[in-house]
Amino acid sequence: METILFLAQTEANGSLGKAALEALSAAKALASDLAGSILIAGLVGGDVQVGADQISSCGAARFVAVAGPDFVPSRYSTDLVAAAALCTAASATIIVAPATSRWNRVLAGVSQRLDGRIDAHVTGTTVANGQPGITRWYYRQRMEAVVQRTRRPWFILLDPGCGEPWSGAVGTASVELVSAALTDAQRRTTVAGIQAPPADQQTIRPDAKLLFVAGAGWTKAQPDGKAHPEEAETLILGFLAATKASLGSSKSLVDLSGEGHAVLKFMTHLNQVGQTGSTPRHPKGLSTCCHGEEPHTVGWRFITERRAINLNPNCSWAQGKADVLYVADAFEVMRKINALLTARA
Amino acid sequence: MSIPYQIVVCGSLVPDPLQTLEPVSNPAGPALKNELMLPAVLDPWAGHALFEAAHLAKQHPGSKVWLVTIGPRAKLQQVMMIVAQKVPFELVALDGPASGFAESAEIAAALAEAIQAIPGLDRSRLLLFGGWESASRGAGTTMQMVGERLGITDQFQGVDQLTITPDGSLRVLERVEGGKHQVSLCTGLPALLGWATGNLPEPPNNPQVGMLNMRTVMPALQRAKPVKIANDGVAFASVALPKQRRDTRIVKDLSTDDIAREIVEWIGKD
Ligand SMILES: Cc1cc2nc3c(=O)[nH]c(=O)nc-3n(C[C@H](O)[C@H](O)[C@H](O)COP(=O)(O)OP(=O)(O)OC[C@H]3O[C@@H](n4cnc5c(N)ncnc54)[C@H](O)[C@@H]3O)c2cc1C
Repeated sequence: METILFLAQTEANGSLGKAALEALSAAKALASDLAGSILIAGLVGGDVQVGADQISSCGAARFVAVAGPDFVPSRYSTDLVAAAALCTAASATIIVAPATSRWNRVLAGVSQRLDGRIDAHVTGTTVANGQPGITRWYYRQRMEAVVQRTRRPWFILLDPGCGEPWSGAVGTASVELVSAALTDAQRRTTVAGIQAPPADQQTIRPDAKLLFVAGAGWTKAQPDGKAHPEEAETLILGFLAATKASLGSSKSLVDLSGEGHAVLKFMTHLNQVGQTGSTPRHPKGLSTCCHGEEPHTVGWRFITERRAINLNPNCSWAQGKADVLYVADAFEVMRKINALLTARA
Repeated sequence: MSIPYQIVVCGSLVPDPLQTLEPVSNPAGPALKNELMLPAVLDPWAGHALFEAAHLAKQHPGSKVWLVTIGPRAKLQQVMMIVAQKVPFELVALDGPASGFAESAEIAAALAEAIQAIPGLDRSRLLLFGGWESASRGAGTTMQMVGERLGITDQFQGVDQLTITPDGSLRVLERVEGGKHQVSLCTGLPALLGWATGNLPEPPNNPQVGMLNMRTVMPALQRAKPVKIANDGVAFASVALPKQRRDTRIVKDLSTDDIAREIVEWIGKD
């Protein structure tokens, strides 16, 4: 018998985002699979009524919220107070929140404050023999575990893209506002804004169907004995423009860029995929001029269909890491691909 | 305004990422096969935190860097032989597990206690650094809990840049969704920063720094107190390697035109 708190932030327009609705589905499933459990929805934001109305038919027994201008910014000090207040008001034993940057920053702090336990980057929730469990990966996506806990409260941060978002009729939710008093010290961090590359240089697109990975081969000497970084840049940008794919990179390539080499100016370490980079989720991935070493390919764990273009038939992609390996010159292939895409458009 | 900072960096060791890892089940819970034999490295994001700390300390005379770490003593010694050559720091070592399966709340308790025991720690000069996630547990939870135990409520995660403004405030860039950064200003210390990659290359080995560091590293390792992690209330129902190994089709004899056509078709399919 658990009291399950679904915890979410409202977006700038007052609504709940996709990651939040996915977490709601998981919270709802736990509440219905664990006999005698109840679901409570907890929201944090400037004004939460729109968000609460959006999920008014989700079956939550209560809607609790901490709202006000202090709770608009994504900030540890205030999110800590808000989330702790909601957990306490709900007497929550299990808390399910989306693993957004906002909740990733603070929920372990909340868990500590309430003497609970936390699992982050959770990819699924289960119920077996009446016991709740979660799945998550260890050692950077190398092994997957099912974890159960007896300590409560238990905080679960569910990674975006791991389940279906909840959807249902919009209605009117009756929201209980919970007070969360702040001191001046809790306001000494201010959020100044978001820094992003100009739209035409924004190469990271989490919702894209395709991940396009560029490796260090793009900058290496080619069969004519020379490197062709300018052409590499044109080919990659041309492909991204035509397909709206998200751009990933190997570590070697971003490290080269960081060392001031005149290569692929649009590439930063935010593009890096792998052990010390990201683990994006896309239905398809195309790797080019990248060897596919293990520290890189662990970042492909959640890429469903994988293809690679590499000159070397013995590169790591050939060792069961890709569905198809094209042994070919990526410059030549990408030239042709871009021409085909342009002709189609 | 230049403050001599006290920068405490938390970081442990992880298996070299080129190693093949296999889980095994021990009476005390899951572990890695031949865990103590695997070559280890400083946890990469914690490493970035350490290099950023040293860089900041250099810019602010009088600053000092501590590295607080929990790991099996013998492995710590191996890794510290290398790390000690990179940047100056004083080591605070605890002898305990560096496993991804060790409970982060318990690790955090041990780290917080070790930090509180550092003589002369001054909260008004304290910056607590760590990696935003480990390469073992990969959760990003430990540092928050250490911070909470130490009463630090200005916390940042996924940090790529820290700038000290002329009035001594911190300007912090944190990774947020979609390849963007959130920019925050924090007007007071202490503060906690969980580092992502940052902007500094790995410093080259410097034998002189190594010799200086070793004077405190060896005694710190000898003093390392044992830490017992009970994994209280946690049960691992299973730990397994991914089942799927792909049956790679290696295409060698197709013309460039045909490859391009096949890929374009594949991209277009739903
Ligand atoms: C602690 C640690 C963490 C790491 N973390 C990461 C990580 O997060 N992400 C990551 O990517 N790596 C990581 N690495 C590095 C990793 O081990 C590899 O060194 C790296 O992935 C290699 O990058 P690459 O394949 O682009 O480059 P290379 O190994 O140089 O491979 C280049 C490839 O390009 C091919 N090529 C060249 N020209 C062409 C052409 N015209 N057409 C087709 N193919 C061509 C070559 O055949 C070759 O396979 C990490 C390493 C360590 C030690």
